Amino acid sequence: MTQKTSPPIHDPLSSLPGPDDITRAELPNGIIVLARQNFNSPSVVISGALTVGSLFDQDEKLGLASFTASALMRGTEQRDFRKIYDDLESVGASLGFDGGTHTTGFGGRALAEDLDMLLALLAETLRQPVFPSKQVERLRAQILTALAIRTQDTGEMASEAFDGIVYRDHPYSRLEDGNPLTVQAITREDLIEFHHRCYGPRGMIMAIVGAVQPSEVIEKIARVLGDWENSLQPVSPSLPPVTSLTETITRKVTIPDKFQSDLVIGAAGPERRSPNYLSALLGNSILGQFGMMGRIGDVVRVQAGLAYHVFSSLSGGLGPGPWDVSAGVDPANVERAIELIRAEIARFVCEPVTAEELTDNQSNFIGRLPLSLESNGGVAASLINLERHDLGLDYYRRYPDLIRAITAEQILEAARCYLHPERLAIAVAGP
Amino acid sequence: MPSINKLVLSNGLLVLLQEIHTSPIISHWLWYRVGSRNEVPGCTGISHWTEHMQFKGTPQYPASVLDKAIAREGGYWNAFTHSDWTTYFETMPADKIGLALRLEADRMTQSLFSPKEVASERTVIISERQGSENEPLFLLGEEVQAAAFRVHSYHHEIIGDLADLQTIQRDDLYRHYRTYYIPNNAVLSVAGDFDSEEMLVRIRELFEPIPSGEQPSTHVRPEPPQPGERRVTVEGPGETSYVQISSHAPSATQPDFFPYLVMDSLLTGPSNLNIFTGGISNKTSRLYRALVEKELAVAIGGGVGATIDPHLHSIILTVHPQRTPNEVIGALDDEIKRLQDTPPPIEEIARAVKQARAIFAYGSESISNQGFWMGCSEMFATYDWFLNYLERLATVTPADVQRLAQTYLRPQNRVVGVYIPKR
Repeated sequence: MTQKTSPPIHDPLSSLPGPDDITRAELPNGIIVLARQNFNSPSVVISGALTVGSLFDQDEKLGLASFTASALMRGTEQRDFRKIYDDLESVGASLGFDGGTHTTGFGGRALAEDLDMLLALLAETLRQPVFPSKQVERLRAQILTALAIRTQDTGEMASEAFDGIVYRDHPYSRLEDGNPLTVQAITREDLIEFHHRCYGPRGMIMAIVGAVQPSEVIEKIARVLGDWENSLQPVSPSLPPVTSLTETITRKVTIPDKFQSDLVIGAAGPERRSPNYLSALLGNSILGQFGMMGRIGDVVRVQAGLAYHVFSSLSGGLGPGPWDVSAGVDPANVERAIELIRAEIARFVCEPVTAEELTDNQSNFIGRLPLSLESNGGVAASLINLERHDLGLDYYRRYPDLIRAITAEQILEAARCYLHPERLAIAVAGP
Repeated sequence: MPSINKLVLSNGLLVLLQEIHTSPIISHWLWYRVGSRNEVPGCTGISHWTEHMQFKGTPQYPASVLDKAIAREGGYWNAFTHSDWTTYFETMPADKIGLALRLEADRMTQSLFSPKEVASERTVIISERQGSENEPLFLLGEEVQAAAFRVHSYHHEIIGDLADLQTIQRDDLYRHYRTYYIPNNAVLSVAGDFDSEEMLVRIRELFEPIPSGEQPSTHVRPEPPQPGERRVTVEGPGETSYVQISSHAPSATQPDFFPYLVMDSLLTGPSNLNIFTGGISNKTSRLYRALVEKELAVAIGGGVGATIDPHLHSIILTVHPQRTPNEVIGALDDEIKRLQDTPPPIEEIARAVKQARAIFAYGSESISNQGFWMGCSEMFATYDWFLNYLERLATVTPADVQRLAQTYLRPQNRVVGVYIPKR
């Protein structure tokens, strides 16, 4: 087969976001806005985050930050619940908030002609939520039901047990949604107080991508959020270090009458700013992502036929998230799957990856970048990523060189830094 | 909308090409007209299993090579099996698309189906089914579907029954593959950053030498009208009750299909047409207001699929912890009666059309999504079905919606399923 002979219509590298097509502005109150235009579709995506999360929650009211985030859209000084969703859904737009551990994220989309409405609503829900009692109680029942459903989810429960082992005595062991007792303990006054004290513009990041001129959009945002101030806004608590395990610890959660068990095996991984983060990320791809889920997929799925879903993941961000392997297996095969996964982790920290594995995965990381940046949502997420981790506006243009520079030795070093086959957390949830 | 090239090769392969020069990406989809609809008892799940075997290698691309080839080039690939079709796609950097073309042309006829690979995939697929069985809504959905289709092959889940997954043999799979994986039973849809004439030359080179086969016969037995309401209960672990109400709905090409989409949008919220991104919320839908705002349910959802034969329209409710399934079903019936008694305001229909218009715009950002719809709509209709989607919605009248509520949402036409937690 001959390759395309005519010159490519796009130079792949220059199609990636870079300093020449990202507009970055800082409003006087601290809000950082990143914008990139795309007039190929008549729509606009917004995405962002505030520096408020479950790290602020007291143990007895765990879930407060998440509850508050979910309640923002239940009514504002100007619009009640019905009006909020009427205005949004009538034009096919969406807006939502999600309370996490470090931050509270938000995301929305609309046709470009409805952007003003979306931004006005964003500003109102952030600045003037009223938390109507009736809505708070309705939401509480929804949260409690979600928590009850969660206790039946083998994957979620294995993951929770895993966090309990790896992050004992660390805030990451706490579920950001709380538990039935703590959610019951949260009052409407708690929500009002938490919002009043913790929500503010400092540290807020926002990206807008789509059919709108960056200069115009920054002006629009300044108009609705530029005069927002909160002198009470606290500084995010710093994270304590994660204490390494001294031996392998296994925990089993029994959920009767389920057909399959989920297991999670691993340890705490690097945070995004760690110098060896990209080496670990590339190594993780070799371990349990590339092709049919990397080495782990080859051994557990392809050769042994033990699992439909089995893969490894590295989820470090602002803090040291887990580096783990997850699998769903027949309850009778749990031990066998654990042994195969442990053996692969042991091999991974014992010898360097092969030259072929390294070049294959480097090529994958570089080649797939335009795919992940195809939609407005993908670009918006990438802009937030640049800002949150201080990567620089030219990061995606430098990215191919950064990936190509990673060596097998650096991957081995990163693996040895985080994964110790004799000191793993192993969590299983199933019948 | 960019212009589409549509033509049939000499061996019967239907090709659709759409140039989109917004990103240096090409999305390539190969579709076969086969799915769980084509299966009989004893071989349920065989279409899905065949799809898995297509990743297990050919002489030219052994499994170990196949797994890595696309990823190495920075591509993303996967496959889906549906009741009416099976599709394989690769979305790749534009200059690497040759690999996808070569690979799909090769595995249309050359897959090995080695007995060893069949054996290891058997347990993988059983594991996939077990994972689904962990979900209460899968267990409920499977029973409702089986109750709704006594005769038609839409009776069983795409994954298949465990009994068949334990007994299907290598030769059964290979026969299925050779029967349905022929160019005259396939559609190739390609969207993205290419020149159509050049692309067509490459497609002809690779796909036209593949000989056509005997057109597979389909012995699909039509489902007779349901003589009365059917009810099923499923007991399982958990604390939460669910209700699924499924009504027999029109096929994608019946005139009632588009009015039905509007009716569903009014009741449960707009359908998400985009396979790779989320939809919009449904908090102003009639059922959200009547059931969630009244604290009878904590969540509602629903939808109707576009299929060759009439399938089901489903409404799925998560029951409020302080309420019973019967209370929720009673309130749902009141809402249906309201629609049967009074045609909806014209503004409510206009709103549903505007929502669909916005969702269409979001979908147009994704080249993969464009490639998907070009081929998918050919599986149950033609690409015009998708191109005229918004226009057809805009012609729906309040009287249409009322008539549909009176016709399709009668109790006699539905299955009521309840998931009861064994505390």
